[in-house]
Amino acid sequence: MTDRSDPLLTVDGLSLSYQTRQGEVQAIRNVSFELARGSALGLVGESGCGKTSVANCLMRLLPDNARLSAGRVLLDGQDVFLLTEEEMRLQRWRRISMVFQAAMNVLNPVYRVGQQIIEAIETHNVEPTDTAARERVARLFRMVGLDPQLMERYPHEFSGGMRQRAVIAMALSCDPDLMIADEPTTALDVIVQDRILRELKAIQQQLAMSIIYISHDIGAVAEVTDVVGVMYAGRLVEMGDTADVFQTPAHPYTAALMSSFPSISGERRPLTNLPGEPPNLSDPPPGCPFHPRCAYATDVCRTEYPPQVKSGSHWAACWHPLDVTLVPQS
Amino acid sequence: MESVSNTPEAPNARTPGSEASDGEPLVAVHGLTKLFPVGAGPFRKPSSFIHAVDDVSFQLGHGESLGLVGESGCGKTTVGKLLVKLLEPTDGEIVFRFADDSVAPAADDPWDSAAIRGRLLRSFRRRVQMIFQDPYESMNPRRTIYDIISEPLSVQGMGDVQYRVDRVLEILTLVGLAPAGAFLFRHPHELSGGQRQRIAIARALVIRPSFVVADEPTSMLDVSSRTGVMSLMQDLATELGVAYLYVTHDLAVARYMCHRIAVMYLGKVVELAETEELLRNPLHPYTKALLSAVPVADPGRRRQVPDIRGDLATPIDPPSRCRFYERCPAATERCLNHPHPPIEEKTPGHLVACYEV
Repeated sequence: MTDRSDPLLTVDGLSLSYQTRQGEVQAIRNVSFELARGSALGLVGESGCGKTSVANCLMRLLPDNARLSAGRVLLDGQDVFLLTEEEMRLQRWRRISMVFQAAMNVLNPVYRVGQQIIEAIETHNVEPTDTAARERVARLFRMVGLDPQLMERYPHEFSGGMRQRAVIAMALSCDPDLMIADEPTTALDVIVQDRILRELKAIQQQLAMSIIYISHDIGAVAEVTDVVGVMYAGRLVEMGDTADVFQTPAHPYTAALMSSFPSISGERRPLTNLPGEPPNLSDPPPGCPFHPRCAYATDVCRTEYPPQVKSGSHWAACWHPLDVTLVPQS
Repeated sequence: MESVSNTPEAPNARTPGSEASDGEPLVAVHGLTKLFPVGAGPFRKPSSFIHAVDDVSFQLGHGESLGLVGESGCGKTTVGKLLVKLLEPTDGEIVFRFADDSVAPAADDPWDSAAIRGRLLRSFRRRVQMIFQDPYESMNPRRTIYDIISEPLSVQGMGDVQYRVDRVLEILTLVGLAPAGAFLFRHPHELSGGQRQRIAIARALVIRPSFVVADEPTSMLDVSSRTGVMSLMQDLATELGVAYLYVTHDLAVARYMCHRIAVMYLGKVVELAETEELLRNPLHPYTKALLSAVPVADPGRRRQVPDIRGDLATPIDPPSRCRFYERCPAATERCLNHPHPPIEEKTPGHLVACYEV
């Protein structure tokens, strides 16, 4: 069996492209990271930077025009891309589950909410009997803060926040080792978002589950995760403990992202505008993909992709890191 | 032509222009109410009413920006639509006093919103414009950028073609779309979300209105283009002297955009104060809960758990007591037995509707 100290998930040199009429779009380029058991990883970045593509790779839910050009995804040492479709189907929900952004579209409108979750549990034979499955759903409902009596209701009778909780309950239904939450609270009001974030955090700690939390909301990521990765133009450009990355960002992109984010606490510092737009991924610029927008860019940035600079577990891919304690690795 | 800076500065750079030269506010809203009937049919009377906006009063100065914040369904967008006359109020009055009133019914006369129709409505629209939330849906995809921006000019009958082209080029440069000539004959689908929202701003401002209602203009935008659009709106406010009613659910955005913030809950304004005062010293229990629910990008900081119970109550025929009673941590017997508290000035400029403050 696997050792508890092994990482639950290893993503190694992952590269993914989509074939489109405009040519090949390089959505993920050479992304590598590890995720420890019971830990929460955040992925942040602007839209179109590849966050959701990474999630879809892990779930192996890729459209027909996607091509995995390099790399591996190891879940407990098992390469998910070497599994057959049937084997992968059994892994989903059981080992790895996902909370999608649009909770509205996940639930089938003509079935009772509880029944849909029971179906997932029975498909994966997590509980021996229907009664046991029903009790499990009631337990899950209580865990996410829903009244178990709501199991008998239909999705349209739920508010946005209740639906999102039901979808989280569904994602938890088969005790997955890893839950991917893709912008789970983006469509919700702050008070509801706050409750769901607190519940996610509590459940994750209680079940010792791993979470990958994808969001463009730096505040939410800072509160929920232990480790954070910053993505830009399909690449992971900075990664480290959440506190390290947000207190001493090393990559100019991370710093720019943070200072363009309005905050209600502390002194009112002026927001800085991140000029320009992310590059077109069917024709990414040479060198560091951020150089056209970077205030620190020099000639070397325009020609060569930067090496990793590192200090402990905090690393960044930058020629001119803002945090000088990060040094190149020999 | 002024260049547009990249940094949103404090909107307090000039004093909040709550007073015009003659001391009258630009917009005075008094007892504004909008009820939507529920269950009405051709042969059926409505069985009940949604109290979308219920007895709301506030004033907005010349060149001032007022934020209207609250959760979805609290009535903030309805207030915006009432102010631009996309909806007619059930009760209450809205009075405008435009500074350079060359087209007013009579010089120095206030404009009573209820009396504005026909020809007057057209000159009203020249003063008051709206920016919508979704830049993907608020433009006709078949028309060019020139068509979209010049339409208000032609509706208002302003200038000849050459004048309109010049104005469109000027406003395009002003909203940061340069070179302006390259955008004239493009279509909305060729532009990014941030660029489209700039077009929407250009369309609203091309006729130099005095007052603009902006309904969540940045909520559909990505982080980077959001900051750009926010600073653009502020620069234009200073430059053109436009007053904004800024409808948003995001308190952090309101902090950067607005002189004052009004917090709405279920059709009622529950608190209204200058922006920093409201954030530092919130008095209403709902404002406190709302503020403590916003995540903070500082991993060293622990937030308090928002002190609020349950979910948003229904706005359909609510009981007459305080709208926030069911969810309020500070509710007392007095709150249960009395009607919704009136909004009162607790400290200078800081208005709250709560018995227990």
